[in-house]
Amino acid sequence: MYLAMIGRPKTGAGEGGRRGWAALSGNVLALGTVSLVTDISAEMVAAVLPLYLVVGLHLSPLAYGVLDGVHTGATALLRLVGGYVADRTRRRKTVAGLGYGLSAAAKLGLLAAGSSASAIGLVITVDRAGKGLRTAPRDALITLCTPPSDLGRAFGVHRAMDSMGAFAGPLVALAVLAAAGGAFAPVFVTSFCVAAMGVLILVLFVRDHAGARPPQGTVPPRAVVGLLRDSGVRRLLPAACLLGLTTVGDGFVYLLLQRREDLALAWFPLLAVGTSLAYLLLAAPLGALADRVGRVPVMLGGYGALVVVYLLLFGPLSGWPLIVLVLGLYGAFYAATDGVLMALTGTLVPEGTRTTGIAIVQSGQAVAYLGSSVLFGLAWQLWGPETASRLAALAVVVAIGATALLLIRRNHPTPAEPVENPS
Amino acid sequence: MTALSHRARLLVAALAAVALTGVAVVSVRMAAGAGGTDATPPTQANLAEGPRLQVLTNGQLSVVSAQDPGGPRTVTAVRCDRAHAAAHVVVCLRPVEALRTTQLVVLDRDLREQRSVDLAGIPNRARVSPSGRLVAWTLFVDGHSYATGGFSTQTGILDTRSGQIVKSLEEFTVARDGQPYRAEDVNFWGVTFADDDNRFYATMSTNGHRYLVEGDLAARTVRTLADNVECPSLSPDGTRVAFKAAVDGDPGRGWRLSTLDLASLRATALSETRSVDDQPAWLDNTTLAYALQREDGTNDVWSVPADGAAMPRLLVPGANSPVFLSEA
Repeated sequence: MYLAMIGRPKTGAGEGGRRGWAALSGNVLALGTVSLVTDISAEMVAAVLPLYLVVGLHLSPLAYGVLDGVHTGATALLRLVGGYVADRTRRRKTVAGLGYGLSAAAKLGLLAAGSSASAIGLVITVDRAGKGLRTAPRDALITLCTPPSDLGRAFGVHRAMDSMGAFAGPLVALAVLAAAGGAFAPVFVTSFCVAAMGVLILVLFVRDHAGARPPQGTVPPRAVVGLLRDSGVRRLLPAACLLGLTTVGDGFVYLLLQRREDLALAWFPLLAVGTSLAYLLLAAPLGALADRVGRVPVMLGGYGALVVVYLLLFGPLSGWPLIVLVLGLYGAFYAATDGVLMALTGTLVPEGTRTTGIAIVQSGQAVAYLGSSVLFGLAWQLWGPETASRLAALAVVVAIGATALLLIRRNHPTPAEPVENPS
Repeated sequence: MTALSHRARLLVAALAAVALTGVAVVSVRMAAGAGGTDATPPTQANLAEGPRLQVLTNGQLSVVSAQDPGGPRTVTAVRCDRAHAAAHVVVCLRPVEALRTTQLVVLDRDLREQRSVDLAGIPNRARVSPSGRLVAWTLFVDGHSYATGGFSTQTGILDTRSGQIVKSLEEFTVARDGQPYRAEDVNFWGVTFADDDNRFYATMSTNGHRYLVEGDLAARTVRTLADNVECPSLSPDGTRVAFKAAVDGDPGRGWRLSTLDLASLRATALSETRSVDDQPAWLDNTTLAYALQREDGTNDVWSVPADGAAMPRLLVPGANSPVFLSEA
């Protein structure tokens, strides 16, 4: 449904009191297109990188895991800095563009890094830094050009386009590998070209929110501290951490599926493709549902899907029904939580510090996620995968209760309150 | 940027899309055109009459004269990560490629493919029984070095006559020191066959120990014989195994090439003092061949007497995975 709207000219958001799909601004679609294109590029590399490191460069998988973990913390910090700078200068598009540009450059860096593990580590860090920088200002731009009552829909459409890229990326990578006779370099070159196109679309078609500048002193650092005391952020941050804590990681879910069904290793990337497919199909409808019935109930429903996923990993089903159901529900979980949480954030955080607020919430989620995958790995080692996944299911049930307590008071969609008007 | 009209912006985007697509297509074309340049062109050498050695040269199946192993070499186009041969049967573990995991291929004496088994993992060891009937392989499923802690191997056996496949030796019943034994962390690697096409030896690791096990294929059982024995290789007369022994029982410190007398279970360290990470091959009842890696990553095949009496000598430069072709 959103595809049909891409070609339709859009007027500014909130004008003439239009609601629903028709009110989605061209900016949301432009940002969605940038994310779609960028995610094709990112997932192309993500799909072949482990293979490239282990098969192409004979790096041990262990060394890769260490490379991966160490740099995640640093990028969380950069995300906060980026959010604050975007708020202070009110140049969210510029900060986001810098992030997209860094990630594009990193694709060329992979070619230049050769077989040096430290150089590859550096390039991966730059790529992550780019992702860290761009996410918060991009989501802030979406909230700023969308009326609060349509935020679920806007994020739904954006996340659908985003995961369409994630869906296509591994397929494009495999096609390039096949066409290039198994050589990795063309995958990186193509990935760079796609990423560069994404940056260009951002520069040409995304407009920064031209809201009235705050009087004089812009956003003082104090405001960030104040943000942590803001009642909205104080309820959203724990909710985001809970979301992160309940997500044990795609890798673990796919690994357990692979073991249970004894799938060939080549199937691994395709499991991610299956989840992306469910995510992209469900993101927009679930976003719209969140606008209608409330965002918190939809989030809680998403958690319910996650409980079923964890239980199914050692449940009664097997074969194709198991794989299809697990991937479908896993995609539904993402569709019902990720964008919906941002829609909630968009209504609860004041406009002047919104990018920072979004960055804080996203960082909380990311750090908690890192912790949960470590904890799940430990539980797996101590008690075996079956007990570990049951414990994870139990943790989600607890999270459902806690999230309901934290957010249920303000769950009904904000009625058409005065929306900032793009001048 | 605001100065540009909507139409102008669309035009810029379209032009950029065309240019970037061009760059991507050129990079794919160039790579496709350059495919396989790192391969050595196959050569047919005039080998002296008499026994021969099969080795891998730059990952390609090759043959040299056993009398003049450093001399002329026939290099084929068959690519393997590991190979072995006996009784006119050649096995080859195909290299993992971007779009394909490995494959075990059984070839006849003219290197025509007889059958293949799709496998998932990084190729490590391959073995044919003396009669050519049984074939064994070891792959790294997770991790790819015996020196790191968290690796996982998969070892299987194919009966080329019946077509039966043992997917993993982990299905077999284990007796450790005479007692039934079960553990999650059991890994097997490095099979070597006796000449009855049923008995075999291999390494079983569990709980920090790496045991020599004797297996019975028909009964689907293995039992431990000795500790700290990896990658056994049964001598042609069936009395000893050559193997690599972790220095002080710690693989992180490297391996000492050794032999074990199966009757007395007494081990003898050989005169090769460099760390050997290979499943050795017997050239005859008194000599062993094995690969050693140089600083730059190239392999050489060395030989050493099996009684520890003399020093190792370079046998085939720039080669690995050696096996003596007795019937050539």
